[in-house]
Amino acid sequence: MRFVDEFRSRDVAQKLAAGIAEAADTDRDYRLMEFCGGHTHAIFRYGIQDLMPANVRFIHGPGCPVCVLPIGRIDNAIKLARDDEVILCIYGDLLRVPGSRQTSLLKLKATGADVRMVYSTTDALRIARENPGRQVVFFAIGFETTTPATAVALLAAEREGLENFTVFCNHVLTPAAIQNILQSPEVRDIGSVSIDGFLGPSHVSSIIGSKPYEFFAEEYQKPVVIAGFEPLDVMQSALMLIRQLNEGRHEVENEYTRVVTREGNVKAQQLVADVFELRREFEWRGLGFVPYSALRIKSRFAAFDAEERFDVPALRGSDVKGCECPSILRGAARPTDCKLFGTVCTPDNPMGSCMVSSEGACAAYWSYGRFRKAPEEAAA
Amino acid sequence: MDSRGAAVRASGVLTVCLAVPAQVVAIDAATETATIALGEVKKDVSLALVDDVAIDDFVLIHVGFALNKISPAEAERTLALMNEAGIAPEEMA
Repeated sequence: MRFVDEFRSRDVAQKLAAGIAEAADTDRDYRLMEFCGGHTHAIFRYGIQDLMPANVRFIHGPGCPVCVLPIGRIDNAIKLARDDEVILCIYGDLLRVPGSRQTSLLKLKATGADVRMVYSTTDALRIARENPGRQVVFFAIGFETTTPATAVALLAAEREGLENFTVFCNHVLTPAAIQNILQSPEVRDIGSVSIDGFLGPSHVSSIIGSKPYEFFAEEYQKPVVIAGFEPLDVMQSALMLIRQLNEGRHEVENEYTRVVTREGNVKAQQLVADVFELRREFEWRGLGFVPYSALRIKSRFAAFDAEERFDVPALRGSDVKGCECPSILRGAARPTDCKLFGTVCTPDNPMGSCMVSSEGACAAYWSYGRFRKAPEEAAA
Repeated sequence: MDSRGAAVRASGVLTVCLAVPAQVVAIDAATETATIALGEVKKDVSLALVDDVAIDDFVLIHVGFALNKISPAEAERTLALMNEAGIAPEEMA
């Protein structure tokens, strides 16, 4: 497939591996945080960590929207779906995320609740049109990549006067999360997590552009390279970060030029700005309450806001005892540090969100990385 | 990408930030919709987020929407840099 296969070439990967080995200074470490779960998966699926010298390490970030969703919001959705009048439309990866007390939307669906998996917001709108006697709630989740699709749906609902359609908004913002990690005590004070540079998001950046990262590259003096999701993209971006670090630079560079520009997709940004505004704060699993890190629906669209139409209380869910998802999401622990990993917590029976999501670090370790513990320890 | 991966993604099992490149094979301007080919899979996606898309263009598809066009010229340039193991860093900024 074009724009995919050529970025997975074995020959070029070997050249890049040689280039990285040559560029990496053996007297120092390079700790590169890949923000996105998509990068985490590429690193594991293609064995990229094993192509790096021992002093170049990837630290997995919180860029997995399902993983960072606090349990209270899942509990809210479960409560909504218990209402017989409601059809809850969700993206597929939410189905198995555990809520409090071992519930999930999948288990609820099995008891007869009307929870439907949709591919797109356009499917949720169609379901609302087809079921005028029911309340259709779309569980909106995702970073900047997914938000414009929700904005288009809200605008369509307003245009059509689709009175039985609402959105339960859980959209979150990438730059706020990166800044929160850089300000966390683990990074700043304790030094238990050291991050030398960032692999920047691929598809989030296709919408927001590379410009929003310029502030913290400068402010925190950490280089950022916007990286595509294919294995060669990840390797090339790691090389670009290593070069910046060697030269003492901290700039925003763009490896993923075939899709990302500095300005991003202005049309999509405008649609989002028309429909959403910043929340004062939002809870992230692992990061806690992060100021101005999420979006809510503007009052103009209050009629289509599930939090206005239904009773959606602020709930504090509790993680399963022993689950290390919160520290894994901050980059402070690895999946293999968790006692539950691979024993009671597996993709078939996930205890924490990082094992559920297709982008979660635990799922990546389980699917591709669980047999390579020994070399990882040797390299540490 | 293997065809199973394409089919799984096209069926919507995976969502979040993973988007896939696909070629536009037809456009319905009235509904702002394009038909795209993803390997053997054909699917209708919304063009509400992009301007000036033409048949044969490659676009990045995510949750039923085209997010952006993909530049073949930039892809070639990146591949060329990779082939040199990215010899000239000043060209990449």
